[in-house]
Amino acid sequence: MNIAWQTSVGKALSNRSFFIGLIITGAIALAALVSFVWTPYPVGAFDIAGKLKPPSATHWLGTDHFGRDILSMIMIGSRNSIAVAFISVAIGAGIGVPLGLWGAASGSFVDEVLVRFNDLVFAFPALLSAVMITAVFGPGTINAIVAIGIFNIPVFARVARAAALSLWPREFVIAASAVGKSTARITLDHILPNVAPLLIVQGTIQFSLGILAEAGLSYVGLGSQPPMPSWGRMLFEAQTMISIAPHMALFPGLAIVITVLGLNLLGDGLRDVLDPKFE
Amino acid sequence: MKFWKLALASAAIAWLSSTVSLAAKTALVLGIVLEPPHLDPTAGAAAAIDEIVYANIFEGLTRIGPKGDVLPALAESWTKSDDGKVYTFKLHRDVKFHDGTSFGADDVKFSLDRARDGKSTNAQKGLFAAIDKVEIVDPLTVKVSLKQPSGDFLYNMGWGDAVIVAPESAELNKQTPIGTGPFRFDSWAKGSQIVIAKNPVYWGTPALLDKATFRVIPDPAAATAALLAGDVQAFPVFPSYETIPQFQADPRFKVVIGTTEGETVLGMNNKKPPFDNLKVRQAIAHAIDRKTLIDGAMFGLGTPIGSFFPPHHPSYVDLTSETNYDPQLAKKLLAEAGHADGFKTTLKLPPPTYARRGGEIIAAELREIGIEAEIIPVEWAQWLDQVFKNRDYDLTIVSHTEPNDLNIFARDDDYYFNYDNLAFKELVKQIDAVSDGSKRTELYKQAQKVLANDVPAAFLFQLPKTGIWDAKVEGLWENGPIQANDLTAVK
Repeated sequence: MNIAWQTSVGKALSNRSFFIGLIITGAIALAALVSFVWTPYPVGAFDIAGKLKPPSATHWLGTDHFGRDILSMIMIGSRNSIAVAFISVAIGAGIGVPLGLWGAASGSFVDEVLVRFNDLVFAFPALLSAVMITAVFGPGTINAIVAIGIFNIPVFARVARAAALSLWPREFVIAASAVGKSTARITLDHILPNVAPLLIVQGTIQFSLGILAEAGLSYVGLGSQPPMPSWGRMLFEAQTMISIAPHMALFPGLAIVITVLGLNLLGDGLRDVLDPKFE
Repeated sequence: MKFWKLALASAAIAWLSSTVSLAAKTALVLGIVLEPPHLDPTAGAAAAIDEIVYANIFEGLTRIGPKGDVLPALAESWTKSDDGKVYTFKLHRDVKFHDGTSFGADDVKFSLDRARDGKSTNAQKGLFAAIDKVEIVDPLTVKVSLKQPSGDFLYNMGWGDAVIVAPESAELNKQTPIGTGPFRFDSWAKGSQIVIAKNPVYWGTPALLDKATFRVIPDPAAATAALLAGDVQAFPVFPSYETIPQFQADPRFKVVIGTTEGETVLGMNNKKPPFDNLKVRQAIAHAIDRKTLIDGAMFGLGTPIGSFFPPHHPSYVDLTSETNYDPQLAKKLLAEAGHADGFKTTLKLPPPTYARRGGEIIAAELREIGIEAEIIPVEWAQWLDQVFKNRDYDLTIVSHTEPNDLNIFARDDDYYFNYDNLAFKELVKQIDAVSDGSKRTELYKQAQKVLANDVPAAFLFQLPKTGIWDAKVEGLWENGPIQANDLTAVK
């Protein structure tokens, strides 16, 4: 077991996209953690006299229209993005995975109902529906998390169900059931561990989509509210200043691009490493 | 062969006619930020209504000119009795409404009686409060008797809320406005644009434009793009202050920064604790740095005000020092009011830039003295419903763009500020009854001082009129003495 684990870590690190993805994601996560104890400048204090300054030695990424330090804003904003994406993935996996496994285990009627329900949720464009939810229940971080989370449920349910269905006819499962293990026991002991790699890969992808969705919702004013910095809202505020202070749009935009790129590379690498089909 | 000749000839005709129509192009596209809820100025408070119909579609007995002066409109002349209580209006001859019905004294009586009726939905009933009765002397003469002399009467009759409508069409004016003006209503594509066209049988000087389109562009970035691309030729109130220098440097555009009647205030719910405490209200006013606010939210455009009165008015007194920026004093006042540790509250912000951006700055400044104001962005409909109508708010930011509106702090229903000050109400009554210039100035100054000391709202700054239009366009108003886009002289 120990040796197998070591080989898979070694294999993972020799995978280039996994390695680059890990570094980028790790850097973003580190920035978010550091922002709890230190940022170059406090983001609550406005300095109107020093507004719209381009990048310089004092403000590495320049200042915004209120004179706030953009680097500090991006660091604190990353917390928001990561928290929203992480919790919404947790909601999606926490509800979707059990549903998918339950459907695959029980088959027939229950499975049919779950699959149709999945299709129903899939039929709504996720981001538009998230806009609808936040418009009805009011803008705010919590509502954004719930809205994005709800549309993660069918994604995880589908992946879990499809993988579980392919496992149920396998010999080791049949053997387990022959020795008298209950369906729930088999699901926990044999199905879930074998489905997990796929779910981790899917989770990474949903995480990056969650970051994009959060930025989109904040951009239209439905995500987290000021004074809490948010990448999407920074982009929105930069929009009318693009001709006088392009750095205001550039850096939050880059932050989103790099984070999403890093997560996708990480997901790709993980799939190569974890999925036996790619060996 | 014959076919080709025909084709060539028709192409030539088409080309000729298209160049002819280009040469005679007299259409103008204007950008507006807010779409009006409907188009009846006698049944709604929204400035967006008047910005389209005032002086273009509808006219009153008098009208307000570009400098805020009272000019004759449908009444060609008037006389005032010696006691100042009876006005006799002589009406213009041969005036017709856009639907062909004729205009006369009966329409004036109908409009004024309708506006001051108990069931009236007029948003500014106060304008008509002084009227005792309206009598028809002959088809072109109307006599209006007042309960007491009113210095503002002729001015009041020039408001968009006091326009003359016809009994035949009055109920349908919300969707198909029928007035007497130089333009008639053409079409309204909801969410997109409103088109008005020249009235070919106008009684006065006809309009120079054949057609004017008001295009609704709520997004500041889209407004900038639309102007640069030439999709709109004029933005009478341009919403994106930060891009103004860019237009100033561009010879294709004319940038005109004028004055408006828009006193921008931080409204407080005066009946709701802790804002019922004068010291709390004063603390909030002292916590706000108007210069920071104007520089940060308005990019330096706007004049600080210390009371509810426009700085360009002859009776204005600068009272900004009464509530100067002094966070130490603000903290002290807050402690005296029993809130030494501050408190939590909410700040509801309508969509305009001055409110959303200003709100962030004010929230940060209030945090400095310990007040945590949670920002709640609301759309206009929500704002009108929650804040204006139901008074369900703590703090809000809004600009009051009506002219001569000191009296909103003296309304019997206390307005949305919930400010109830009998002495001030008495003072405003006196102002209304006095028509002597110097006496009036004195009373106006007194009233400004009462508000500056009582702080029913924190007075922030006077909104500028940021007009940007194509350098070739002429005749648009420089200032905004009343909510209007008068297009009669635009070419």
